[in-house]
Amino acid sequence: MNEVLLKVDDVRKEFPTSSKEVVQAVAGVSLEVRKGETLGLVGETGCGKSSLARCMAHLYDVTSGSVWFEGRDITKLSRKAMRPLRRDVQVIFQDPYGSLNPRRRVGSIIGDPFSIHNIASGNERKKKVQELMELVGLNPEHYNRFPAEFSGGQRQRIGVARALALRPKLVICDEPVSALDVSIQAQIINLLSDLQQEFDLTYVFISHDLSVVRHVSDRIAVMYLGKIVELAPTGELFGQTRHPYTRALLSALPVADPDTADSREQIILGGDIPSATNPPAGCRFHTRCPKARLDCAAEEPVLEPVLDDRPEHRTACFYPLTVGEDLSTAVPDLRAS
Amino acid sequence: MTAAIEMVDVIDEPQVIEGRSPFALALRRLRKDKVAMISLAVIVLIVLMAIFAPVFAAVTGHPPNEQYRDIGLTPDGLPRGPNGTFWLGTDDLGRDILVRIAYGARISLLVGVIATVITVVIGVVLGLAAGFLGGITDTLLARLIDVVLSVPFLLVAIALVSVTGPSLTVTVLVIGCFSWASVARIVRGQVLSLREREFVEAARSLGAGDSRIMFVDILPNVIAPVIVYTTLLIPVVIVTQATLSFLGLGLPPPTADWGGMISESQNYYTTAWWFILFPGLALLITTLAFNLFGDGVRDAFDPRADRT
Amino acid sequence: MAMFLIRRLGHGILVLWLISIAVFALFFVAPSNVAQTLAGRQATPETIALIKHRLGLDLPVWKQYLDFLGNAVRGNLGYDYYHQVPVTHIIGQALPITVSLALGAAVLWLALGIFNGVISATHPRSLADRGLTLFSLFFYSFPSFLLGLLLLYFLYFRLTLSGFSWFPAGGYSPITGGIGPWFQHLLLPWVALALLLAATYTRLTRGSMLDVLGEDYIRTARSKGIRESRVVVRHGLRSALTPVVTQFGIDLGQLIGGVVVIETVFSLPGLGQTAVVAINQQDLPVIIGIVLFASAAVVVANLLVDIAYAVLDPRVRLH
Repeated sequence: MNEVLLKVDDVRKEFPTSSKEVVQAVAGVSLEVRKGETLGLVGETGCGKSSLARCMAHLYDVTSGSVWFEGRDITKLSRKAMRPLRRDVQVIFQDPYGSLNPRRRVGSIIGDPFSIHNIASGNERKKKVQELMELVGLNPEHYNRFPAEFSGGQRQRIGVARALALRPKLVICDEPVSALDVSIQAQIINLLSDLQQEFDLTYVFISHDLSVVRHVSDRIAVMYLGKIVELAPTGELFGQTRHPYTRALLSALPVADPDTADSREQIILGGDIPSATNPPAGCRFHTRCPKARLDCAAEEPVLEPVLDDRPEHRTACFYPLTVGEDLSTAVPDLRAS
Repeated sequence: MTAAIEMVDVIDEPQVIEGRSPFALALRRLRKDKVAMISLAVIVLIVLMAIFAPVFAAVTGHPPNEQYRDIGLTPDGLPRGPNGTFWLGTDDLGRDILVRIAYGARISLLVGVIATVITVVIGVVLGLAAGFLGGITDTLLARLIDVVLSVPFLLVAIALVSVTGPSLTVTVLVIGCFSWASVARIVRGQVLSLREREFVEAARSLGAGDSRIMFVDILPNVIAPVIVYTTLLIPVVIVTQATLSFLGLGLPPPTADWGGMISESQNYYTTAWWFILFPGLALLITTLAFNLFGDGVRDAFDPRADRT
Repeated sequence: MAMFLIRRLGHGILVLWLISIAVFALFFVAPSNVAQTLAGRQATPETIALIKHRLGLDLPVWKQYLDFLGNAVRGNLGYDYYHQVPVTHIIGQALPITVSLALGAAVLWLALGIFNGVISATHPRSLADRGLTLFSLFFYSFPSFLLGLLLLYFLYFRLTLSGFSWFPAGGYSPITGGIGPWFQHLLLPWVALALLLAATYTRLTRGSMLDVLGEDYIRTARSKGIRESRVVVRHGLRSALTPVVTQFGIDLGQLIGGVVVIETVFSLPGLGQTAVVAINQQDLPVIIGIVLFASAAVVVANLLVDIAYAVLDPRVRLH
């Protein structure tokens, strides 16, 4: 097993709102990212994965908890002290239209890391930028063009080039393909995985789309309302799903074979996602869980191995699923026994 | 280091406009605007007149401050109208109005351009700082802007100039000290919305510091409205300087300056119409040309403004 | 809503207070020989010192300021140096003139501006539209003093020469002396001010109307068969006027200090001219009083505009 590159230790991130309430975007998350792997982070919109990503990259200050990078607590670092570390931790953003400055030329945008950290300038920088452009599949002669002159997929490549300029150790990809057409998504994903092999990169890959995450990740963490509900190597997550929420997500995945699709259980979760300012008591998922029991509303489950799982596979649930359990017929029972 | 990985196919998706920066596009639109181009030509002519003022003096043979009491004034001591010697007539001291207008252009343009540039530079820097840095910087600067914008400019300007004595420097400083606030307010407003954009976040993630983000990332996004404002500010500054001059607070005599000339002409408007008309026309044409050009610049950057 | 009002009010008071400090500081930096002037040429140093003491000029600056502030909040803006007339009285005398000037011109420029703007907007790109735009731009570029002088030249001088003494050479006739002369003396200044300001309103109305007329609800009104003139005035104009009202509030506030030139050219003893005279005489209390008053007018006008905005658009109040 590889060394730990980034460690998230009981991180909470809260945002104040205009009224007295507070949005609990990240409500106590702990996980590790190991060198060379791709950790997938999946969940619905609003579950806090983007906030968690930004906490990991120290773009947000955490409300409590710590983030350790290569053994150093980066949450304590000042902006100035953080600067050299920024070469090692990079982010690829979701919105190919918003993450590039519309008034700057692409060559200048990609060259930013070189000028910010005083690594190269002038012609030397131009050369490096053009090499990067070729690397990600862009035409280096378009060096002087503006982002508006590129398609969505190409702009995302620009974002990738920019992130990779200084050969970072860790790249946090925040929904890198969610805003792209499906046919383009595959290209970018392939690009990312090729680059990972080439440069020995470590990825945190965030998405709401489980099928995409499955394709690229070694391990996957499933997030719901600010907490990790299940964390496992990809194969085990799909083959030995323990958490009802994970199972529900899986059941929504499209399947190519119509015969298999029919025979699959359909789990439709009732209700809406609860408000992040006032999360449900106990297990946050209990209000929508098909298997909820009374004690689910009383106490929060801890993320740990359940049943006979390996230590690698952790679930936060009092009534985890067994293999083959049919969740579609389950009925919640919150009465006192 | 060339990539040893397999090249991913880049499907050629439809491209947007080829290789043109927003400025190049605006410039193209501006060139097509006939009214704006004519105004620009007029401005160039006025600039040339200012530069070659000494030529006017040489050709007519009359230096700007030279008083020709014998040939320039009537036997009653009144100004002479346009004639063969003085093409635009003389003023109350027998000086050649044409030559003085040419020299007056220097003052108007100098103050107009310099004061505007100072104003805009200060306004942009402070607007950027207030909008981007937020916190106490913003609070202080925003209050300052409010104060400056609430003060009755003309009254205070008059008071200040009367205290320090009129001079070119004072005029430029006084105008600059008040006008920067409008620019700063506009820039600040723009920056406030820009700083939430994702490319700013991206710059932070790369390790960029505040000043770098302000000047390299944010500034190019506010520069367009600033340019429009600048071109429209110049005529306002020119008129303001002329007004101060008219009220007796311009440059000390005998310097030729349009506002001052009009002021001097007040007592003679019944007897010497040319004394007020020609400097007045010069001022009016200059202001009109800058305003029309400024309008064209604004339309060039925002064609939506000229809707049907 | 109340919180919003209180906050804006507090903000306005803060601004005024800062202005009072700035103005006071500025003027006290100036070398002043008021005492000398009052005392006369032959005065002995003792007399000058006595006058200085009487006027309170020998006190340290900060003490003078505090005295001034204390009096000001009680409504006493001091006394002018030369005749010991209360500044509030001086302002009170000059104010009606400036207000008559401002309001009369306001009626004219609003009517002119909005009317032209509507015409332009309803016939876009037509000859009328282009003509009006040029007309607006022309007067917008006109220096105020020049326009005033030209109006005097053509409508007073030339007209009187031709036998029609419709307009006076300047000066003010209070309304108590008869509406006719009051009107007659103010007409040219009104026209001058109105022509200068109408331009902004024409362009503002035009732009705003064009935006509104493109909206869906206008299309609905038209498709219902409502007469076009009604559509424009009843439905379109109402919403289009919001930015115009805002601008009007701001302009009116700034007018108090901005009419200096017109008042000077037409010899109207309003606030502007009084201030200029005071400046020439270095009559500090009057200068400070008028500047503060004019600033207060701006602050109040801005406050009213903000309130109007908050009433019209509830989102603003939540800030």
